[in-house]
Amino acid sequence: MQVSLKVNGQATTVDAPPNTLLVQAIREHLRLTGTHVGCDTAQCGACTVHVNGRAVKSCNMLLAQAEGAEVTTIEGIAAQDGTLHPMQAAFKECHGLQCGFCTPGMVMSAIDLCKTHPGASEAEVRELLDGNLCRCTGYQNIVKAVMLGGKNMASA
Amino acid sequence: MGASDFASLPHIGEAYKRKEDYRFVTGSGQYTADVVLERQAHAVFVRSPHAHARINSVDVAAARAMPGVIGVFSGKDIEGKMGGLPCGWLINNPDGTPMKEPPHPILAISKARYVGDHVAMVVAETLEQARDAAEAVQVDYEVLPALVSVADAAKKQGTITLHDEAPDNQCYKWALGDKAAVDAAFAGAAHVTRLDLVNNRLVPNAIEPRVAVASYSRATEDYVLYVANQNPHVERLLMTAFVLGLPEHKVRVIAPDVGGGFGSKIFLYAEDVALTWASKQLNRNIKWVADRSEAFLSDAHGRDHVSHAEMAMDKDGKFLALRVHTDANLGAYLSTFSTAVPTILYATLLAGQYTTPQIYVEVDAWFTNTAPVDAYRGAGRPEATYLLERLVTRCAWDMKLGQDEIRKRNFITQFPYQTPVALQYDTGDFHAVMDKARALAEVDSFAARKAESEKNGKLRGIGYSSYIEACGLAPSNIAGALGARAGLFECGEIRVHPTGSVTVFTGSHSHGQGHETTFAQVVAARLGIPVENVDVVHGDTGRVPFGMGTYGSRSISVGGAAIMKALDKIETKAKKIAAHLMEASDADVDFANGEFSVKGTDKKIPFGQVALTAYVPHNYPLDKLEPGLNETAFYDPTNFTFPGGTYICEVEVDTATGEVKVDRFTAVDDFGTLINPMIVEGQVQGGIVQGIGQALLENCVYDNESGQLLTGSFMDYAMPRARDFPQFKLDTVCTPCTHNPLGTKGCGEAGAIGSPPAVINAVLDALAPLGVRDIDMPVTPNRVWDALHGAGKA
Repeated sequence: MQVSLKVNGQATTVDAPPNTLLVQAIREHLRLTGTHVGCDTAQCGACTVHVNGRAVKSCNMLLAQAEGAEVTTIEGIAAQDGTLHPMQAAFKECHGLQCGFCTPGMVMSAIDLCKTHPGASEAEVRELLDGNLCRCTGYQNIVKAVMLGGKNMASA
Repeated sequence: MGASDFASLPHIGEAYKRKEDYRFVTGSGQYTADVVLERQAHAVFVRSPHAHARINSVDVAAARAMPGVIGVFSGKDIEGKMGGLPCGWLINNPDGTPMKEPPHPILAISKARYVGDHVAMVVAETLEQARDAAEAVQVDYEVLPALVSVADAAKKQGTITLHDEAPDNQCYKWALGDKAAVDAAFAGAAHVTRLDLVNNRLVPNAIEPRVAVASYSRATEDYVLYVANQNPHVERLLMTAFVLGLPEHKVRVIAPDVGGGFGSKIFLYAEDVALTWASKQLNRNIKWVADRSEAFLSDAHGRDHVSHAEMAMDKDGKFLALRVHTDANLGAYLSTFSTAVPTILYATLLAGQYTTPQIYVEVDAWFTNTAPVDAYRGAGRPEATYLLERLVTRCAWDMKLGQDEIRKRNFITQFPYQTPVALQYDTGDFHAVMDKARALAEVDSFAARKAESEKNGKLRGIGYSSYIEACGLAPSNIAGALGARAGLFECGEIRVHPTGSVTVFTGSHSHGQGHETTFAQVVAARLGIPVENVDVVHGDTGRVPFGMGTYGSRSISVGGAAIMKALDKIETKAKKIAAHLMEASDADVDFANGEFSVKGTDKKIPFGQVALTAYVPHNYPLDKLEPGLNETAFYDPTNFTFPGGTYICEVEVDTATGEVKVDRFTAVDDFGTLINPMIVEGQVQGGIVQGIGQALLENCVYDNESGQLLTGSFMDYAMPRARDFPQFKLDTVCTPCTHNPLGTKGCGEAGAIGSPPAVINAVLDALAPLGVRDIDMPVTPNRVWDALHGAGKA
């Protein structure tokens, strides 16, 4: 089955079996390995990408459903020259990551969260991060990073 | 260089932003699952659906005929061709007989002993083909009754036997301390406080599941194993020497970026061995990635103790003696360090921060039809701390003393301090930590907050926990005397390049701890060069000389100390080169801030010039000194390190729903010297959340009859989420470690060790007015409800 979509701004066609998940297409066919798989029940959020601008768990969606979609992965959000997206920079600034495995999904969720809930309070950020698990940081610095990243996105 | 000189160097104590973060925030990390080799096949393991079953036969014929299948192996196919998984720590019974050590086969041969036990391995061209073929493997199981709960182990002796080698399912019976002295102290005590405790079983759940990719080259007869692991040299040593009988120099183990460990990736697992062995048999590169269900079933779990504890006190609440009995669940087989966790890493910590003069501990360790249990963040020390700090708070209440007051009355104040349970604490200031914690927690205004909560129809409680842990594992001679079958030193290599930049090779392994930054700060501070001029290499037996890896909060205190020793050698040699260049005697050369100078003169040359001279030795004392500037050192500690702290938790309980909310959490720790306080704080935050997770949310539950894992996914096992916590208040006190060159103590496990009893003490403080005296972790709304409505009242 052939599926045409845009990934990180580039038009591409993936030839894969019909039961291929979007995350498999991203990791195995397109070799964009920044998107991670941490569970099999759509709970951990490590595979979060943007589909048409909204955060989506890419393990919970078939590749076929992404026909014609614009998909952005963690590899696609920094500037061409390597300058970090404000949310990526905030995660580094606030020590919002340790092992880094949940980080791409966290960053992609956080960007969407801040776009859809500008000026969210700390309590709201904690509530809105419900779909992303982190085992290292205790979320303390992730929450700080999302608040800072949101602020810097708004002023960018 | 002494610890105090070290602590005053530039970069030490600096919250330097992590060097590793750019690759992680851009998705450029290289985890094992990202490794793709040429001609890579995929493995799937057939796992037992039964907790305890005789395996009458494994028919792989149909599976072998499936499309894309390259190989199918059952226990019979590997029997006699390799050893079983070894246990790294020998525990002896009080009569001197050794623990029972039944075989732990790589694929089950005659019996399956837990749900998830590995029974067969299927290798196929694609993952889907391997999965389909795994379903075609026909296993004839004869289901047997299962022993599941450790609380049932003694009762069910004689009715169920897991291993013929241990007919009563007991691995060992172990004891520490002077029983007669303890009994005498109890006989003369003014008051005895007693407590029964359950330390709930946990699943480590690093977000990166276990994963391995094995390859073999017929051309060179070399193996390479990529694996998500915390100690690649240990993995290699155990696998080559004890299981596969391979020469170590033909096996390279690479643990690249690893997505969290928490202990669960210390151990040698059957899957790693099976893949490595099969890569040669099939002449193929083979990949296996655990899905989350497999992680729940087959990662080594943590905790799972049932204990009874008694404290004898005088009339003023001074501790006279402690008596403890613990039943520990080891699971179905002995995992790598499982036997040390409920003994050496547990009972030796039961003095805590207190002067209790006599302590006696008995530990019965049992085999059950559950996944193996081994070290999980804290490993024994959280179990000791939970028991002791719950008991101490209960003592306070029994003696009508404050939680802080009873602790202060019993704190150790003189160091070094020899405990009655083998350890000798080198340093600490427990009163200073307590005072700082109370101030930071604003304990003085607790009553006002409590009144405010009550106005809103809620109960508020405050809980204390003053923990100590033994880290920096470990003096090899002491560990050896206690049963360790390995050394516990660390290795570091400093490679100064001709232009003066440095690559550090460390046997420690970072799976989130930020060694690439912290260790670079150490080297930059010593050599007076920018942090960005130092790179740290870890996790590859092909590049790092040797290593014992990362666990037990040992990386900075043992791995860092090895780096310091190598730096001493670098400095010594560089001074000789500098002396030659400046035409001075070696003894007259000083080194500070990246410059070599001659005492009493204005002669000086920078570090970079010495480095270049070492590799371009045109003007060089070749008759006395080798060229080059590359030194390796091994460091074996002389004692454990002893981080300690006081944690204060405030909870609010909604009696209408039973919900417990952690409203405030304060932690003051003494980690000795801090290299990077930002990273240290992150470690504490993560640890506290794992500890609060244990206290309020997490519980690994098996059905007690069938042995089926009931909490087998993130849908069933409550992982801590962002909304479950407030921002914590953290601070530190510093009494430097006296016996390593950095003065560091380690910070990786503290949060998970200190926090659970603080939370539960707070819950019980809140519920006390309603007559609730006891409650077990995890304190879910359901348990609170039951306690409030009679079931839990004691």
